[in-house]
Amino acid sequence: MEAHAKKQMLKYTIRRLLLIIPTMFFVSLITFGLSHAAPGSPFEGKNENKPIPQASIDRLNRLYGIDKPIQEQFVLFLGNAIRFDFGPSLVRDRNVTEIIGQGFPVSAQLGVQALLLSLAIALPLGVVSALKQNSMVDYGSLFFATVGYTVPSFVIGIVFIYIFAVNLRLLPIVGWGDLRHMIMPTFILALGPAAVLTRITRASMLEAIRQDYVRTARSKGLREQVVVVSHVMKNAMIPVATIVGPVTAGLITGSFIIEQLFSVPGIGRLYVTSILQRDYPVIMATTLLYAFFIMVANISVDLVYGVLDPRIKVGK
Amino acid sequence: MATITAAPSQQRAIDANLLSRKQRSLWQDAWWRLRRNKAAMGGLVVIALASFCALTAQWISPYDPTAINTPLANADPFFAGTKYVDSHYILGSDQLGRDILTRLIYSARISMVVGLVPTAMVFVIGIALGLSAGYFGGWLDNALMRFTDVIYAFPDLLFVIIIMATLRNTALGEIAGGLVLIFVALAIVSWVGLARLVRGQVLSLKEKEFIEAARATGVPTKRIMIRHLFPNALAPVIVSAAFAIPGAMLAESTLSFIGIGIRPPTPTWGVMINEGFVVFSQSPWPVLLPAVCISIVMLAFTFVGDGLRDALDPRMKL
Amino acid sequence: MPELLEVKDLKTQFFTRDGVVHAVDGVSFELAAGETLGIVGESGCGKSVTALSLMRLIPMPPGKIVDGSIMFDGQDILKMDEDDVRAIRGNNIAMIFQDPMTSLNPVLTISRQISEALELHLKMDKAEARKRTIELLELVNIPSAKKRADDYPHQFSGGMRQRVMIAMALSCNPKLILADEPTTALDVTIQAQILDLLKNLAREFRTAFILITHDLGVVAGMTQRIHVMYGGQIVEKADTGELFANPKMPYTWGLLRSIPRLDESRKAKLLPIEGLPPDLIAPPPGCRFEPRCQYRREICSQQVPELKHIPNSKPDHEARCFGTQEGGWLVNTDWRHDTGSAKELEAIKAEVADLPPEVKRIEAAEEDK
Repeated sequence: MEAHAKKQMLKYTIRRLLLIIPTMFFVSLITFGLSHAAPGSPFEGKNENKPIPQASIDRLNRLYGIDKPIQEQFVLFLGNAIRFDFGPSLVRDRNVTEIIGQGFPVSAQLGVQALLLSLAIALPLGVVSALKQNSMVDYGSLFFATVGYTVPSFVIGIVFIYIFAVNLRLLPIVGWGDLRHMIMPTFILALGPAAVLTRITRASMLEAIRQDYVRTARSKGLREQVVVVSHVMKNAMIPVATIVGPVTAGLITGSFIIEQLFSVPGIGRLYVTSILQRDYPVIMATTLLYAFFIMVANISVDLVYGVLDPRIKVGK
Repeated sequence: MATITAAPSQQRAIDANLLSRKQRSLWQDAWWRLRRNKAAMGGLVVIALASFCALTAQWISPYDPTAINTPLANADPFFAGTKYVDSHYILGSDQLGRDILTRLIYSARISMVVGLVPTAMVFVIGIALGLSAGYFGGWLDNALMRFTDVIYAFPDLLFVIIIMATLRNTALGEIAGGLVLIFVALAIVSWVGLARLVRGQVLSLKEKEFIEAARATGVPTKRIMIRHLFPNALAPVIVSAAFAIPGAMLAESTLSFIGIGIRPPTPTWGVMINEGFVVFSQSPWPVLLPAVCISIVMLAFTFVGDGLRDALDPRMKL
Repeated sequence: MPELLEVKDLKTQFFTRDGVVHAVDGVSFELAAGETLGIVGESGCGKSVTALSLMRLIPMPPGKIVDGSIMFDGQDILKMDEDDVRAIRGNNIAMIFQDPMTSLNPVLTISRQISEALELHLKMDKAEARKRTIELLELVNIPSAKKRADDYPHQFSGGMRQRVMIAMALSCNPKLILADEPTTALDVTIQAQILDLLKNLAREFRTAFILITHDLGVVAGMTQRIHVMYGGQIVEKADTGELFANPKMPYTWGLLRSIPRLDESRKAKLLPIEGLPPDLIAPPPGCRFEPRCQYRREICSQQVPELKHIPNSKPDHEARCFGTQEGGWLVNTDWRHDTGSAKELEAIKAEVADLPPEVKRIEAAEEDK
């Protein structure tokens, strides 16, 4: 039985991992199609006062292969992408892989820090506010969750910059480097996910706590702490685990804005500037990287879900 | 007694417990619960106010939103105390000397439109496709699910950013300062989630006895879908609409903030923040005031959404 | 015989937005060690709340036990501190709940859920508790118990899960088991098996039990005595045989008339009790059954009848009815043939038929739900 279940799970994991390939294909197709749908060449109009002569644009187009028919460009792109070769950036004089390799550790650090911080805030807050429903703690955490969930992160970021950097001069306004640079971006990036996680934790704790099996547990004479930890929380954590996928996606989109706002040299900012500059190779590589991360996050969530909830048969 | 106005015979029946007096229909009950929710009612008031500003912007605002007056640039608002010297602009002016109050009022118009139009588009598409996929299954359902798999690998905003950035310079992107393109981009991204939600609802409802009963008595398919499935799937759909509206507003302001949303000089709160951010350290008000407006309107919609969710289905999560 | 359980004037209320619900309103009864008792009544009559009150498992808020005493083994449960109550729960008093589908924790194994109480109350270590768990599962006839102990609840059928609940209840050898509608959620064929199992094991373990049900048919062969509850109160108390042979309360008559019988001619109709149970926020001022009673008189809506001994019956037979008590108008009524005057009830129903449409719409909307 046990061995069979493990085999089933392995098969499922492999199938899901293999499914990444066609999904990546479609993601590239859509992104490629969309980003090339814009009229004109990316080399036009960089500097509106001094237009680049048409001959130079044509030469640049030829150099980067943008003059070829779009189908051919796509096939070429796919062939190279399989070897993780995304070619040179159209704007910076460097290879895309190199540029991303430089920005990725920064974004990854920011993202992981924010994820851990949001969990550290949300789980205790959600559990406590569910256990003390309608208390001051509960109202406080609901307020926090509502504000964190609704107020746009760039607004909170601006207010923080105004208070801590401009007025109090406690923290640097922008940039990246030492710990003091990381405090505001990490906290503000964590805020949205923390708010969502707090709401989910509280809601699923409240849901679990009124289930019949909790009454059964109490009828056995268990202490309230035992009831909460081993009966309520074990059930309540299941829905919480399932939103780690969406939370990852949220961290990625959040990083576009936060990195822009605080001038963090990560791939979020790189991505936004590349889109504005129509730097196709960077757009393609970054999109695929993001899509890959989100898919891996979703697969892990499904696997964890299967482990947490014995009713879910992974592989069905 | 709860029913004060009960007729004598009605009261008699109530006393005899032949009629139950405290029971209301689902919608009556929901409305009753919503009305008791102070945050939601407060939210409704704010939304009403914002809608009023949006509808009457050209009459109630003191100036032209795009009129530049450089000599009076960066004026402080009245609550800035001694620094408030120029009584032309109650809430001050931005770095080009445009009246902030006027621009805030006009921004409400864009925000409300951006909140409502794509949501309406999404609803028509999402409900139609979700109902059909859930009810008929088969290839339609398969296609929907595969398509959502791909869409789910993109974060929403990433997809919108790509669409916005690439189509900005096309004819579509030029209409109404990019407003129409925003509608389209938001609709393309968000109909999938709603279709999936409706599909899930239909799949679980399909197994319920009352649908089987309707089918067994020979009710035509179209009628089952419209009369039986749709009303029962409605509650979560309404709640998700209530959250989709502020979601779309947030997306617009975020896009405008990073410079690929509505084109300046058309004022929106996001555009105002984007423009003011350049001179933020000298004069924070052109940034802080629209930030406060977005936050209040977003909170209002979220309170109403929360209230609706609690009222329609207290057991529903997030 | 010294009483194991003595409940006096128990009052449990729920404080809701519509008002105070008098869910249990002055219930008193006794139970000797090893004795079996059935509590019967419609849903919403307060029988489950009574059981939960005995273990102090009423959710507070909105619930509250406002008055009364529950003497168990000479101690008042309502006066104990939380630690002492916990020492009794699962150990001296155990409970079996109605829905075995939802009463077991879906993410814990069966053995974990049974062992928990053993480790807590009997101070067993993990290995001992596991051994005992398997013995208990065998006792309730779970096939290949050793293997299935590590299964999760969803891998068991409804009947099997209720067996697990019984094993769990018996685990610490309690003096009293409260079984709240233990078979309502099960198939009819399984019901009989579960009831038999419960009865036999309780006898073997010399455990007293209270069986709570809405179905008079279920308690018939199960318990020594029966108490009938209506509107938060006990309305009739009698030995099981006496209650079926010589019921003394129109509500009990109504219950008995609504059970199909094999020994009566086919012509005997099943008669439902008309109307709805009383609203426990504002219960009827007199007898709580008065609005639905086919035998009512003026006095029934004006004074509250007490639970009193009934003439021409066994000494411990009591009922809460002016009609059947000493000097009442129902003393000689043969309930099997005289179904009372339906005239007044018809009149009320006619009035309802004439009600304005908006009132009826409330009813219709309610049905839609």
